[in-house]
Amino acid sequence: MAGIRLIPRLDIKGPNLIKGIHLEGLRVVGDPHAFALDYYRQGADELVFMDIVASLYQRNNLTEIIKRAADQIFVPITVGGGIRSLDDVRTMLHSGADKVAINTAAVARPELITEVSQRFGSQCMVLSVEAKRKPGGGWEAFTDNGREHTGLEVADWAERAVALGAGEIMLTSVDQEGTRKGFDIDLLRAVAARVQVPIIASGGYGRPSDLMEAAATGASGIAIADALHWKRTTLPELKTQAREGGLEVRP
Amino acid sequence: MNSPAVTVIDYGIGNLLNVVRALQRCGATVTVVEQASQVGALPDRLVLPGVGAFAGGMAEMRQRGFDELVPRFAQSGNPLLGICVGAQMLLEFGEEFGEHAGLGLIPGRVQPVPAQTPAGGRHRIPHIGWSALVRPLERPTWSETPLSRFPQGQAAYFVHSFAPVPVNEAHRLADTYYDGVRICAAVGRDNVWGCQFHPERSGEPGLDVLKSFLDL
Repeated sequence: MAGIRLIPRLDIKGPNLIKGIHLEGLRVVGDPHAFALDYYRQGADELVFMDIVASLYQRNNLTEIIKRAADQIFVPITVGGGIRSLDDVRTMLHSGADKVAINTAAVARPELITEVSQRFGSQCMVLSVEAKRKPGGGWEAFTDNGREHTGLEVADWAERAVALGAGEIMLTSVDQEGTRKGFDIDLLRAVAARVQVPIIASGGYGRPSDLMEAAATGASGIAIADALHWKRTTLPELKTQAREGGLEVRP
Repeated sequence: MNSPAVTVIDYGIGNLLNVVRALQRCGATVTVVEQASQVGALPDRLVLPGVGAFAGGMAEMRQRGFDELVPRFAQSGNPLLGICVGAQMLLEFGEEFGEHAGLGLIPGRVQPVPAQTPAGGRHRIPHIGWSALVRPLERPTWSETPLSRFPQGQAAYFVHSFAPVPVNEAHRLADTYYDGVRICAAVGRDNVWGCQFHPERSGEPGLDVLKSFLDL
């Protein structure tokens, strides 16, 4: 079987790596380049950089950070935040990204998904979804770090986005994000049942058993942020724990 | 120290900057060409990268005269390395979006990664992620190939829905298994090499593949 991918997620605000809870209450962690390089050397399978204020201010600070990273990091890099057009995608790829994660602009104009996948390949087009549990059941997709309602049911939206050309889904549970209480397993299962493309589980990693539970839903990538940023664990330790739990991870 | 010279083909599809950066990191002097007419004397080494679809790639290759240059280069005996779709184009035919002719340097076809596993279940396509490279029976050794430094069982990064299926088992340089489905991970015939995985995205073991290619 393909290994589970362990993917450090670096949320960026301006020049800083930051971390919050429920995508809010942000604290500065440090220099994103130093963290990214450290994660690469520890054996990260991929890296995700998200400019978390870009879609609020409609700009993107990530280009310079990505360029620096790409000179020294030779695993796949996904970049998200504020990407609205084919030109934005091209800029990110030319900076060193392999894939782009798009949320807000894809909700506003779903054809963008098709345009990106036709121009750059569906492997490049990651749909980023911010999901919140609905009181009556199910999940609603949000934009702008869980602030803006879209009215879209997450599983429906994911299925539609895949039909439009999304090659991968990064599925963030806003409810679980930053809580260390585990991934939203029901959410992962609900989306995995509706799409065939790979899913990256994001939001909530707290303990090693969370890896095994997320993988059992069919998610093939696992994004981890604060547990790594605050050095509660390391990638070699996570890999050992995943292997002990029966998952295949790369050496 | 001598810096090995590599010519990288840009046929206008996808992003080859990371391939260029990785080759440079391995000490190569890289020249990127967008038209076959830009290539004067036959280069020392040629790299054919690629993401995107087989048919679109081949159409652009023909448009730019590379469909003639690459086979001529292969005849010279100098090392050629295709990556991902670049590796797929080394074969005779591709089946993505209908049947399309490839460069025909390695007998065989490019076919979809089977969605059904031997266990009878379905797995996710595209195949994205790290997967171990194993030596096929017909390849007793990887020495004097781009995998000469690659430890058996070490993983490489894949992102693909199609894969080469060489007619001749001896042209399989490496296999990988995706939920038990055997996939050709690399091809090799004389001086013509192809990696279905992305050496430029496979960390330090991937860079070693490029270094070994530069040593050939």
